[in-house]
Amino acid sequence: MEILVCVKRVPDTSENEIQVNGKGTDIERDDLVYSVNEWDNYAVEEAIQIRDRVGGTVTVVTVGDDESEEVLRREMAMGADNGILLSDPAFENADGRGIATILKTAVEKGRYDLILTGAQADDGAGQVGGMLAAMLDVPYASLVNVIEVLDDKKIKVGREIAGGNQEMNEMTLPCVLSIQTGINEPRYVGIRGIRKVASVEIPTMGARDLGLDPAAVAPKVKRLDYFVPDMGEGAEMLTGSTEEIIEKLMELLKAKGGIKS
Amino acid sequence: MEPVLISPAKASILGIPTVIFSVLIPIAGVALFAYIMAKRVAPLVFSNPDFRFDRIPERIKGVLKLWLAQWKQPRYMLAGVIHIMLFAGFIILSIRSSSLVIVGIHDGFVFPGLKGTLGHVYNFFKDYAATMVLIAALMAAYRRAIVKPKRYDVPKKYGKPHTGEALFVLAMISGLMITESLFEGTMAAAAVKKGFEAEFIAPLTLAWIFKVSMTVLPIGSLQATHVIAYYLHDIIFFSFLCFLPMGKHFHVITSLFNVYFMKLDKGTVKPVKWGVADDKLDELKSFGVKKFEDFTWKHMLDFYSCADCGRCSDHCPANAVGRPLSPRFISIKARDYAFSHYPLRGPLKASEPLIGGIFEEDEIWSCTTCGACEEECPLMIEYIDKMVDLRRGMVDDGNVPQSLQKPLSALEKRGNPWGKMEKKRAEWAFKDKAFQAACPVKLLENGGNAETLFFVDSISSYDDRIIQITQSAARLLNAAGVDFGVLGRLEKDAGHEARRFGEEMLFQSLKEENTEAILASGAQRIVTADPHAYNALKKDYKGLPPVYHISEFIAEAIRSGKIRLNGNGDTGKVYTYHDPCYLGRHNNLYDIPRDVLDAIPGIRRVEMEKSRDRSFCCGGGGLMLFYEPIEEQRMGQLRVEMAKTAGANIIVTACPFCMVNMEDAIKTSGLEGEMEAIDLVELIDRHRAV
Repeated sequence: MEILVCVKRVPDTSENEIQVNGKGTDIERDDLVYSVNEWDNYAVEEAIQIRDRVGGTVTVVTVGDDESEEVLRREMAMGADNGILLSDPAFENADGRGIATILKTAVEKGRYDLILTGAQADDGAGQVGGMLAAMLDVPYASLVNVIEVLDDKKIKVGREIAGGNQEMNEMTLPCVLSIQTGINEPRYVGIRGIRKVASVEIPTMGARDLGLDPAAVAPKVKRLDYFVPDMGEGAEMLTGSTEEIIEKLMELLKAKGGIKS
Repeated sequence: MEPVLISPAKASILGIPTVIFSVLIPIAGVALFAYIMAKRVAPLVFSNPDFRFDRIPERIKGVLKLWLAQWKQPRYMLAGVIHIMLFAGFIILSIRSSSLVIVGIHDGFVFPGLKGTLGHVYNFFKDYAATMVLIAALMAAYRRAIVKPKRYDVPKKYGKPHTGEALFVLAMISGLMITESLFEGTMAAAAVKKGFEAEFIAPLTLAWIFKVSMTVLPIGSLQATHVIAYYLHDIIFFSFLCFLPMGKHFHVITSLFNVYFMKLDKGTVKPVKWGVADDKLDELKSFGVKKFEDFTWKHMLDFYSCADCGRCSDHCPANAVGRPLSPRFISIKARDYAFSHYPLRGPLKASEPLIGGIFEEDEIWSCTTCGACEEECPLMIEYIDKMVDLRRGMVDDGNVPQSLQKPLSALEKRGNPWGKMEKKRAEWAFKDKAFQAACPVKLLENGGNAETLFFVDSISSYDDRIIQITQSAARLLNAAGVDFGVLGRLEKDAGHEARRFGEEMLFQSLKEENTEAILASGAQRIVTADPHAYNALKKDYKGLPPVYHISEFIAEAIRSGKIRLNGNGDTGKVYTYHDPCYLGRHNNLYDIPRDVLDAIPGIRRVEMEKSRDRSFCCGGGGLMLFYEPIEEQRMGQLRVEMAKTAGANIIVTACPFCMVNMEDAIKTSGLEGEMEAIDLVELIDRHRAV
């Protein structure tokens, strides 16, 4: 099975303190450390496991600049066979639709049975996977937490629904899936693993290579503002003895409709 | 002259001279033994190198103290004394056993040098030795069969009890003593009966008892017993010899070598591969131990040498809280793997991965590297290096628990496991303006130097609770008049746990950055309040100025009068000192922190039962704080119970991780209000006379 996984280089929320910059146009990017988007990492691990079970190759692709290459390398250190960097000045500031358009042309340059994306990015809107599927006119399933390959034309996918229940669906290939965290336990990639793939060739493709007109990827969604919302009053802290607190709590819940009297 | 009794060398049975057996039994025995030993040596041929052929005087000293003088045995007094009796007896009887083999071929054989008085003196003592061994064997058999000490138990998942093997060997040992004494006793009894001068037999020994009681028997019976006892002894002796390499008594042969080749540097971690320098590590195809043959020859020897005594697991904190780790069974399972894959008969079996085979992942991640196991083992078997090597193998294969992946990634990206920003590493010193005014701290991140570098390390820089300890430490350093500075954002995590959790390359990267920053500061000495950082800088790093723990600085300041202490008037407060693993066991720093505590006038201090080199690990530091083990309860909870049992209501710690674990345990055990934890540095700071 030929699998393509779309990955994104993002500022890791657990290793950064996200602050809005003084001008209100973006977050402070001076002191940020970046890594591969967590959902994408789960997707790559899933792709590798599928490949190890049924054969084929795993290719990772990203839209970004030179620094984005480090993320491709990390996923290749994890076990992906190939990496493709889609980089061009025209791609900067692309919105979700723009990214999906770029990825679509990259998909069409190859022959892939299965395309995976992460369900969302740390700093994203959870839209690229769906748009990409629509542009390619192939089936799409989101928030996938289990994939079972039935044969080279059909797969079963599942997602978690309300109440902790599980829903299973059958899909034909080729298709696009967006992957939810927890689908597997991604393997660890250390400094040593990354050093091993340090000199592997990663081809770069620009607008020309993809046959893309820069106008096609110009952003149609314009950011107006970035701000921290005003702080509210905060939580109301109930005081008193345990019995008193319980009384007050019951009153409040009844008043707000939380308990039927 | 008529012989007292016909010796085996001259006797015959059914017309066959028995001397034939005297020759055949040893030849068969030695041949079989040599064959078995060759098969046992086989896996070592495929092993990794281990450089232990240097530092001969130190090694000889180790052998004399730990092997010959059985130094660690009395840690378990009764079992230890029994073992010393067996060991000393065996050593003394080794001469007798060897000469006995030859006596059956050449009657009257005596080793050169033992013909005269020395020989008589030896014979005197050897009889007591044999008696002592028999008594010890019977006591040991009683303990095995009836008393059944807990540490000998075999949990169901590890198989059947080993009592059978133990009793069988004790039976053989008893048989050897009895047959040897019978052989001698019958000769002496016969001499008495015939009116000859008998060899003097030490009174009240086994041989003496036989001599005295068997004079009632006819000469014929004495003759038969004499020869039969001899051949029984011969057969048991060579059977025992060949049985030794088959199980836990292999240690009888390997112990001398295992102790000689012991690890001389406590607290260090072996290189990924001996002979491969740090800068050549990238060239290695595989890191760590994934299959049995990846172990070094010394580690394989360790597996063979395990005497199955259970002392290690008895003190293992992970074992005590129900984690799936028992050090004893790491050794026994690996030994049994070697036995089954390098069998005595048949072809070698193909190598299987260890993780998922004889070992489970959680078994290996459960170890806090506290060193209690190594401290107990009388055979100097090492465990920590093996755990680290197995972890290196798992890390190499990407097999790391999810709970550890985030802190490892944070260490790589931000130089601390919480992912906090580098520029905030020294905020503890500068954010609080009141503190900064009262306690100036030199910041070396933009250049500048200081005579002493205060290496703070990650938890002491970023954790709100531990920052209080760091600030006390800074106050004490100022009070002691020390010219010190901190590296601030140039300081990275010392990497102590990164290395011990198998991420060697991450450790190397942190080590390089820290070493550069430390040397650039021009500091002549390094001081730290974190025993893990202390151990890392002292043992894992190279080329640094001397490293001290802050208690050493405080002790000196108290001695010189730079720090004076107010009395502790509160008689209700009873303190107990908890030895951190990386200050105590790994670095032998037991007394200085105690001296510092005792310098507080009027302080009431008690010792926990498990203290000093038997201190019970708090739960572990560094990355261990992030790991989610399978356990029945936390180590810290057991430890605060121990403090309570000792009569204390305040636990004094000297390690930030111990503090975290103790305070956590006090809460989860519901002991808030009854038990308190305080750091040594905070305690001194509070009692400082200003």
